[in-house]
Amino acid sequence: MPKPDSLQGSLDLLVLKILSRQPRLHGYAIMTSIQARSGEVLRVEEGSLYPALHRMEEAGWIRAEWVTKENGRRSRLYELTAQGQKQLAAEESRWAAVTAAINRVLRTV
Amino acid sequence: MSLWSRIANVFRGDRLSREIDEELQSHIEEATEQGRDPAEARRAFGAALQLREESRDAKLIPWLDSLRADAIFGWRQLKKNKVASAAAILSLALGIGACTGAFRLIDALLLRPLPVAAPEQLYALARQGVGPEGKLETFDGWAYPAFQLMRAAAKDQAELVAISYSDRTDVTYGSDQEFEKAYRQYVSGRMFSSFGLRPALGRLFTESDDVKPGGHPYAVLSYDYWAHRFGKDSKVIGRTFRMDKSLYQIVGVGPESFTGTEPGTTTDIFIPTMMHPGAVRRDSTWIRTLARVKPGVALEPLAVKLGAVSRAFEEDRAKSFTNMPEKEIENYLNQKVLLEPAARGVSDLQSDYRRPLAALAVLVALVLLIACANVANLMTAQAAARAREMALRVSIGAGRARLVQLVLLESAWLALLAAALGAAFAGWSAPLIVSMINPPDNPVHLLLPADWRVLGFGLVLTVAVTLLFGLAPALRASAIKPVSALKGGEDPHARRRLMHALVGLQTAFCFMVLFVAGLFVATFERLSHQPTGFSADRVLTLETVTESPQSPDNWEQVAEHLRGVSGVEKVAIASSALLGGWSWNNFISVNRAPPKGVLAYLLSASPGWIDAMRIPLIAGRDFRAGDTCPGSALVNQTFAKEFFNGENPVGKQFDMVFDEGGGLHFEVVGLVRDVRYRSMREPILPQAYFPFNAVDDKSALRARDYGMLIVRTSVANPLAMGSMLRREVVRARPGFRVTNVRTQTEINESHTLRECLLARLALFFGLVALLLAGVGLYGVLDYSVLQRRREIGIRMALGAQAGDVARRVTVEVFSMVLAGALAGLALGMAAVRYIESLLYQVKATDPAMLALPALAIFAAALLAALPPVIHAVQTDPLTVLRSE
Repeated sequence: MPKPDSLQGSLDLLVLKILSRQPRLHGYAIMTSIQARSGEVLRVEEGSLYPALHRMEEAGWIRAEWVTKENGRRSRLYELTAQGQKQLAAEESRWAAVTAAINRVLRTV
Repeated sequence: MSLWSRIANVFRGDRLSREIDEELQSHIEEATEQGRDPAEARRAFGAALQLREESRDAKLIPWLDSLRADAIFGWRQLKKNKVASAAAILSLALGIGACTGAFRLIDALLLRPLPVAAPEQLYALARQGVGPEGKLETFDGWAYPAFQLMRAAAKDQAELVAISYSDRTDVTYGSDQEFEKAYRQYVSGRMFSSFGLRPALGRLFTESDDVKPGGHPYAVLSYDYWAHRFGKDSKVIGRTFRMDKSLYQIVGVGPESFTGTEPGTTTDIFIPTMMHPGAVRRDSTWIRTLARVKPGVALEPLAVKLGAVSRAFEEDRAKSFTNMPEKEIENYLNQKVLLEPAARGVSDLQSDYRRPLAALAVLVALVLLIACANVANLMTAQAAARAREMALRVSIGAGRARLVQLVLLESAWLALLAAALGAAFAGWSAPLIVSMINPPDNPVHLLLPADWRVLGFGLVLTVAVTLLFGLAPALRASAIKPVSALKGGEDPHARRRLMHALVGLQTAFCFMVLFVAGLFVATFERLSHQPTGFSADRVLTLETVTESPQSPDNWEQVAEHLRGVSGVEKVAIASSALLGGWSWNNFISVNRAPPKGVLAYLLSASPGWIDAMRIPLIAGRDFRAGDTCPGSALVNQTFAKEFFNGENPVGKQFDMVFDEGGGLHFEVVGLVRDVRYRSMREPILPQAYFPFNAVDDKSALRARDYGMLIVRTSVANPLAMGSMLRREVVRARPGFRVTNVRTQTEINESHTLRECLLARLALFFGLVALLLAGVGLYGVLDYSVLQRRREIGIRMALGAQAGDVARRVTVEVFSMVLAGALAGLALGMAAVRYIESLLYQVKATDPAMLALPALAIFAAALLAALPPVIHAVQTDPLTVLRSE
């Protein structure tokens, strides 16, 4: 389990959130989706995305499936599992708690 | 599920890598399609290899993956050095197999608990005291009435059950012509329920089956017997069979696991104790007594209590011992009752083979250690050759632990393959050894299951062996210093020192194995060449019984009939065969004097018996047709020495006196040469032979239903005549039947079977040890010559002589061999007292016993050293120096 304040934690949260909105995305689509939805602010490194995807897959939060596209190439599509739903809720509330705490600090100092 | 998929992923690592690569590739293609520059997209990934490793590690268990990779590497390494690996595996397999085989035997005979409820509560009652021979003896036989008294006395602390010695008897399910052999045990009615056993079929005995003497003609079959004799036919219940002239009805079949209480014998038929004719006799000790002691009961007070009951019983009996020497009675009454743990059953096989098996186990363990030392040396030598590889691994970041793992896994491969081969060897050898324990017509039945106990032992042994020979080379390999190794340096002597120490150890163990083997072989040699005093060649013994007792005339008629059969030279009748395992003894009184405490051993024989057995007559005459018992007697030289001060006994008189008073009067008619009566080890016993024709108080001839027909044949293989003679006996007179046919040679050899087995196995392992140690020595010398080629080349270039080179190469190793041999000698001397009881007329300090292993080892060492030394001497300085 990643520590709550690590960047990896927020990457997991972002990926889970994206997949909860749009099931069956491949890695590149997840990356571009995060980029687009964050208004081009957040850029996910390929080098961290794939290990994170594979780790979450082994943890059972997401599952993957190979599909063959019309042009004959295979790509790997990810979707959320029930366990992933629960994980997303937990991550979201933790994120809310962390940001609220940070905001409190920013306001009081 | 996740863990499982990660374990599974370890074993499809290649596919995993391919999939990860494919996914990354599809990502780049996707990016390119979206208009990104392909080179830029690829660059965004950074080090693709590292990315893949990271993803892989997420998807599988990294340590398991590294284990798998090292295992594969280790396997390739083994395949690379095929000959060396095969030699290592074979020698280890022999060691592991021999150890596992020995464990199977020891476990089956001595360690495995009886398959009964709470076996640890079982104890066997035995009496210990000074016997008639003046030595401390332990005897576990009891008279039934004594058992009854003890059972009643101990009933609050323990439940006592009586179980007879298992014996081989004749039973018939049909006519008299269809008698067959079966192992029988008389057991208390309570035994089955006390042991917590349930029937597989029908019912087992209860207390009510064991009340009235002769009143319960029922039988329970063992599962094993039911299966092989009746093919598990359920209609067997209610069937009857005849045994000892009584009819028995089968009422049930015991549970599958229970084969009696004597490891080594599988009981076929259980009979209630009350059916034994000895059940009412106070002077017949025919049962063992097992006690199930209740939890929390102290053993010592219980033994004392039982001892008091037993003593009271014997004191009452001793009142009638008018003819027994005072001292004997005193010794007899002073016996102590012992409670010996019987969780593993009680059998003669156990007591006979406990020590021999322990000795063998030590020998095979030593052989295994010798093999381990060989493999350790091999691994060390290989590690030297691979020093650069190891250094490279360290330089590119392999951790020490990973290197230890790498080398240990290679060792594990060797050990595992050897263990598999060894298991096959053990599977084949253990039953073979069991079959060598007893003569073929009366085989030992030892269950040798290959279950978790054996498997567990094999696994532990394999791991232990791996660590034993693999750990030192692995630690050494991991401690490599890359800089010095890559420069080709490193201290070569450290490695050689380890190898030399192992050579010393091997020599010590080898010496010990050979020394002990020599003692066992000499023991067998001396024992089997003990003169018996008679000739066993071509003699057949026919154990004969009759339906109803037959007059001596009828017995003589059968003998006479056999004399007419072609191939038969001589026929005589005796009460038993010499050395046949049956003994009859009594105190003797000369001139009506009170008997001195020496037992005479007795046998009944017909006229012509000494001739048939080729026992020389020294004085007087053989029996004649009119001689009877009591009346005439033949005695041997030891008897004459013991009772007549060595004078010619012919014409002298003596009495065989009964403990309870009275006796039989004899006059010596002949003196014969000493023969062995009971055992090959003990001194010759004083013996007297009485006429087979016995008369009772009213001078009427006694009828007999048992006799041993002694047939001297003129054929080389008398056993071939066995079945024909069986038929001739039936033809000679109806009612006569031969139950067992043995050659006298086989009977004699049965006394040295244990020694023969020990000698053969010890010799085999001695030779294996010698071979392994020789191979090990050769390997070490060869390695050291190879390693010192440059040095030798330089020395020779500077004018060193061949002898000088040879001396330099061998001196270190040979001093280790010498030191090892001395250490082995000390070990052997120290070990000898544990096996002294197995030896016969051999002393550990016998110079020959010490010289033989020493000579063998030095001969093997010379032989092993020859090729490397020749190699060293033939070193051409020019070639060596040029190649550098």
